[in-house]
Amino acid sequence: MPMANNVNGFDVARIRADFPVLARQIRPGVPLVYLDSTATSQKPRAVIETMDEFYRKSNANIHRGIHTLAEEATAGYEGARRRVAQFINAPSARQVIFTRNTTESINLVAFTWGRANLNAGDIVILTEMEHHSNLVPWQMLAEERGLRLEFIPVREDGLLDMDAYRELLELEPCLVSFTHMSNVLGTINPAREMIALAHQAGALALVDGAQSVPHFPVDVQELDADFLAFSAHKMCGPSGIGVLYGRKELLEDMPPFLGGGDMIKRVYLRSFAPNEIPHKFEAGTPAIAEAVGLGAAIDYLESVGMQAIAQHEHEIVAYALERLEEIPGVRVFGPSAEHKGGVASFTLQGVHPHDISQILDSFGVAIRAGHHCAMPLHEKFGLPATARASFYLYNTREEIDRLVEAIYQVKEIFG
Amino acid sequence: MDDLYRELIIDRYKNPHHRGVLEPNDISFEDDNPLCGDHIRIDLRLDEAGRVSEASFDGHGCAISQASADLLVESVLGKTLDEVRLLSKEDILDMLGIELGPVRLKCALLSLKVLKAGAYGLGEASDDLVE
Repeated sequence: MPMANNVNGFDVARIRADFPVLARQIRPGVPLVYLDSTATSQKPRAVIETMDEFYRKSNANIHRGIHTLAEEATAGYEGARRRVAQFINAPSARQVIFTRNTTESINLVAFTWGRANLNAGDIVILTEMEHHSNLVPWQMLAEERGLRLEFIPVREDGLLDMDAYRELLELEPCLVSFTHMSNVLGTINPAREMIALAHQAGALALVDGAQSVPHFPVDVQELDADFLAFSAHKMCGPSGIGVLYGRKELLEDMPPFLGGGDMIKRVYLRSFAPNEIPHKFEAGTPAIAEAVGLGAAIDYLESVGMQAIAQHEHEIVAYALERLEEIPGVRVFGPSAEHKGGVASFTLQGVHPHDISQILDSFGVAIRAGHHCAMPLHEKFGLPATARASFYLYNTREEIDRLVEAIYQVKEIFG
Repeated sequence: MDDLYRELIIDRYKNPHHRGVLEPNDISFEDDNPLCGDHIRIDLRLDEAGRVSEASFDGHGCAISQASADLLVESVLGKTLDEVRLLSKEDILDMLGIELGPVRLKCALLSLKVLKAGAYGLGEASDDLVE
């Protein structure tokens, strides 16, 4: 099928050619329609080849070695850290900590900053639309420390109830931790406003950027975020590496997370002195090739342009909502396209999302079905599960048409 | 022979001009490079005008770290503390006259980090001082 699809000069056909997997046929004659980028993105050739080349030419452990490969590997790893810092406009690369993923980044904050600063009765504000990664660490800490968790409600239209948020802030919370963009509803939350309100109330703000950093420009200084967490694998990079950005004085005051090599300045038999940031939080051999791959992913995304990617996804999701809503029996969740990133979660009357996804797969259409790691949100809307199509820079209107045709086939089968 | 081990560096490593400890001193600071265990201590004495009149380093480590420390303390003689605080990574690299990758750079900059932490009167040295 023709994939050429040139919206406002954004050359999707050329972008698609950069992603080898998109040429795949799921079965002979059935091309892949990948609509699951919110779970993980596909990888462009530039990232795959950069990592391949790292292993072929420069593989070595970092920081300690003196030989050429160790110098190259260290330069690659630390270069990636600087690249990340530029990408999110961090004041210094030392405020960029490499973790495994968003989940580990949030756990790091909960179990270092949280343990050092939160005590019985202290309040942490979350939202009802959080991914489990921004719920469970706080629940674990709340259990350990006797914290009180409060939740900003999600309105029926998929937006946060900002009036309720303002009221919650009167409880004088210590921290507000919220998702920049919902992985289920697609809602883009007003992060800058929410952070400013948190700061006025004397609270710190952690932004879960797992779905925002890959999809639109995110500037930590403009947001005034205290912490920002995100994963490489959702932004064209490899799995196994994520980022925690933090305000410098916070990171410097926080105790270390995991103990081991590289995070120490000195070690004695019975004690140790921790290293400086960011190394203090990076115990053991990190994901070196993955860091280099993340750097290549950022180069790739910036070569396309984050604003252009956001605009393209906006057009795709607007088209998807329009097409999905015209199918009888389909109900789409979340706000209208103007408040939304590239996510369309829906149900089809009389058909379980798992069955939708299974049948769609036979047409090559890859979507996700389930609670998308947001069980409380699904409970709120009275749903055991939803089907979710999600979009990225490489998706086309034709693919939305294929999705819609396949949903009609599902309806056909279920009569 | 690699440029890294140019004569100046080997010479200063084997026969440092300013190795030692000054007791008493006006400024004394020490720190480690956690990557390899290099250790540098730098002592300064100031004259009445606030200029460095005597300077020494002590410690252990590779030729790069020890030679750069020797050259560095030599270069601060006669400087005010404000002038010392302005020293940068580039000054060290100019003195050494070599190019260094990220791992060895840490070796070369340990003495500068120690010196500046002392000059600023900090409780702890930070990589910020040499960036």
